[in-house]
Amino acid sequence: MLSKRIIPCLDIAHGRVVKGVQFVDIVDAGDPVEAAIKYDEQGADELTFLDIRASHENRDTLYHMVTDVAENVFMPLTVGGGVKALADIENLLHAGADKVSINTAAIVNPQLVRDAAERFGSSTIVVAVDAKRVGEQRWECFTHGGRKPTGIDAVDWARRMSDYGAGEILLTSMDADGTRNGYDLALTRTVAEHITANVIASGGVGTLEHLAEGLSEGKADAVLAASIFHFGEFTIGEAKAYLAERGIPVRIR
Amino acid sequence: MIGLIDYGMGNMHSIAKALEHAGGDVQWVKTPRQLQQVERIVLPGVGAFRDCIHTLHERGLAQALIDKVHDGAPFLGICLGMQVLMDVSHEFGEHQGLGLIPGQVKPFPASHPERGYKIPHMGWNDVILPADGEPHPVLAPLRERQVYYVHSYYCAPQQEAHLLAACSYGDHRFAAAIGRDNIVAVQFHPEKSQRAGLAMLNAFIEWNPL
Repeated sequence: MLSKRIIPCLDIAHGRVVKGVQFVDIVDAGDPVEAAIKYDEQGADELTFLDIRASHENRDTLYHMVTDVAENVFMPLTVGGGVKALADIENLLHAGADKVSINTAAIVNPQLVRDAAERFGSSTIVVAVDAKRVGEQRWECFTHGGRKPTGIDAVDWARRMSDYGAGEILLTSMDADGTRNGYDLALTRTVAEHITANVIASGGVGTLEHLAEGLSEGKADAVLAASIFHFGEFTIGEAKAYLAERGIPVRIR
Repeated sequence: MIGLIDYGMGNMHSIAKALEHAGGDVQWVKTPRQLQQVERIVLPGVGAFRDCIHTLHERGLAQALIDKVHDGAPFLGICLGMQVLMDVSHEFGEHQGLGLIPGQVKPFPASHPERGYKIPHMGWNDVILPADGEPHPVLAPLRERQVYYVHSYYCAPQQEAHLLAACSYGDHRFAAAIGRDNIVAVQFHPEKSQRAGLAMLNAFIEWNPL
């Protein structure tokens, strides 16, 4: 049976892992390769790296980091942050990423997603959708870390990106993000039931129960979490044991 | 020496590194001449069937691979590198494969997101080995373990004897691994399957088909 995936997310700045709450008080949290090896040993199903300080000048640093990680852990790697063009995607894939996450650039230029899926295959393209609740069962896409509204309905947008060939939607609730009160389950479920792409739930995890909710009630294919794993509250193994006890299919090695 | 067939598509560093971690010496193979110098062959695969088979023919590697396999070199095909072994694929039209294993490459049935059945089949899933008899030596380390799959098409071998392991997704059972004689090929990605994958690659490196 296909397992639900548990994906730790690591924020990266200048090729180093950083930790921070809501992007403030960011502190250096060490070497990405060491962090990747730690999660590998715990049995993470994939890893996601997001370059939160992506800029033109530090691209090479990011590529080197991706190569270092890819040479040391043997699991799927997703890399995002500052991806604007086909060349950025190609460079990341060549560096060793298996999937590339596109965020703002997809909103600015939706054709990029279609071109990228055609050229590199759907399974390599992840579109990050940052959604904010604007009414009963209505959500809108936001960019720039949730500060800039776009007027685009988030569910329609996720479906369009799926139709354009994105293999996965990394769906973050901007309302839930950072609250540790759990995923926006209505948002997650609505998107998961309406698109053919895989849905990765993100934003708001504070407990293991939240992971279970995202996968069962939210019907997500995978759950992404950062802080509950980074700060050592829970290991991936503990999370999987909890989910397995609740009858959710996970990979236990 | 393991010849890793490089036909210019996608990143092959991770598979080279995985083979090295598993104890192999890797030689990149881009020409038929380079292929002559290796003992074992790994054919990885990303991208579209048509482009892959086209490039293999263009570089003279298609016939060289067939000859090398006939000479008895242990061969491992991965993902698309498994699919190109078949006679024919129905991905974006109809395309002839290498014809080393009789059968076809078919698409999964259309997705049903409301039931959680999505295409591509992506994630960790089983390797179901035959209930009776010894498993294939290369696949033996995968008993009771899951591996990482990413694909929208699957191999349907004509002969039951060529099916080495299965996997099921939705209501659908498909070939996780196929092979005969000195050929073994897998739909999943051992190079992305952590310890289970490395154990399988090691088993391939140690494998001595008669």
